[in-house]
Amino acid sequence: MPAGTLDGRLDIPHGTTCVAIRYASGVVMAGDRRATSGNFISHRSIEKVFPADRHSGVAIAGAAGPAIEMVRLFQLQLEHYEKVEGAPVSLEGKANQLSQMVRNHLPAAMSGLAVVPLFAGYDTARQSGRLFQYDVTGGRYEEHDHAATGSGSMQATTVVKLGWSPSLDADAAVGLALRALLEAADEDSATGGPDMMRRIFPVVATISADGFQRLGDDDLEGRYEAIFEQIATNRAPEGGDPS
Amino acid sequence: MTMPFYVAPEQMMKDRADYARKGIARGRALVACTSDEGIVLCAENPSRMLRKVSEIYDRIAFAGVGKYNEFDQLRIAGVRHADLKGYAFSREDVDARGLANQYAQILGNVFTHEMKPMEVEILVCEVGHEPAGDQLFHILYDGTLVDENGWCVLGGEAEAIGERMGGAWAEGGTVAEAVKAAVDALAGPDRTLPAEELEIAVLRRNGERRCFHRLDDDVVAGHLAE
Repeated sequence: MPAGTLDGRLDIPHGTTCVAIRYASGVVMAGDRRATSGNFISHRSIEKVFPADRHSGVAIAGAAGPAIEMVRLFQLQLEHYEKVEGAPVSLEGKANQLSQMVRNHLPAAMSGLAVVPLFAGYDTARQSGRLFQYDVTGGRYEEHDHAATGSGSMQATTVVKLGWSPSLDADAAVGLALRALLEAADEDSATGGPDMMRRIFPVVATISADGFQRLGDDDLEGRYEAIFEQIATNRAPEGGDPS
Repeated sequence: MTMPFYVAPEQMMKDRADYARKGIARGRALVACTSDEGIVLCAENPSRMLRKVSEIYDRIAFAGVGKYNEFDQLRIAGVRHADLKGYAFSREDVDARGLANQYAQILGNVFTHEMKPMEVEILVCEVGHEPAGDQLFHILYDGTLVDENGWCVLGGEAEAIGERMGGAWAEGGTVAEAVKAAVDALAGPDRTLPAEELEIAVLRRNGERRCFHRLDDDVVAGHLAE
């Protein structure tokens, strides 16, 4: 996926980096909290990862307004279908539905309001996590191991690629997602890092047979402290102080 | 030129009401009642696939007896109405009272203007955040809207079942107690209803967004054995 979904042509809030990682029994989705309008930080605590229904989630990058509206409509459609039909849509069906919505959005995307979602969920029929990437034309591409979207996606993808293995468990996959977002924030100015001062952390959720579960801020704070400590240890020259 | 026969409006309404009542009485009954943990909806229904009780919105459930295709049509209209309202405004703006009014309008219109009245009796209920906030709206084939208190019976033999329910139900209590009271009232003294012939759902007061939950046969059997 190209990194340049943030084109800066229009001065409206844009969401940035989201990653999804498959692990042994599900998927992890994570997204930073920053929205930017050009080089201006328009929002520090926007949310880009949402539950689509009980067993799936959607993460968005691109023009924040239309993207959040798209998610709202997507959630409504899945729930409406489930209530009318008495059974939820299949995971494949949900991915196709979202593809249609992105395609319908193409005219707006052409005028600079691109929305590029990431869809991931637990396929109750196959009993495994699956993830889908999109392009602005509604093209739907299933990824096997991991996917990323938004301006920091290149950096995030590299980190995930290096750390991924088929035997990851939920805990390790969450750690990898946090590290990927941290590196993306380090290199890409449109991606927000963890804000320890205001206690604003990325939205991170696991989706497994137990459903969509968002991680608490206390948990994330602990994980970030551990990551920072590890980075500091790595930087310290042997036997000397880290400066 | 032939003249149509004159039929008194009273007679016409009475004929339609009799027709609707007969259709409804042919089907099996349904009982709903409140408990401390939420609202229990209990239907006698041997089918696994054709539902009489279902979810409308976060805190709202629907139950219907009578002609399946007719109340299912009403159910879908209700889901659409609720979903659109919640999308256009906010989720908290969707309430059972508004929905019950809409249903009463539809049923009332069909009863007076169409050839055939709908042979259905429906219930719209909303679970409150506190037991005192529970609402049960009972809507008859002619659009009559009744705000029920505590419990309510729909369908054939409603009077006999209601009498038994009045004796068995107590305010407060658990879901298990409510299920037992409702099933005993439905079955009557001469029958026992096994879990496989029951369709039971609960609107649970548990703080989750979507309160509607179906009870499995195992859970129902457990409640009945208590």
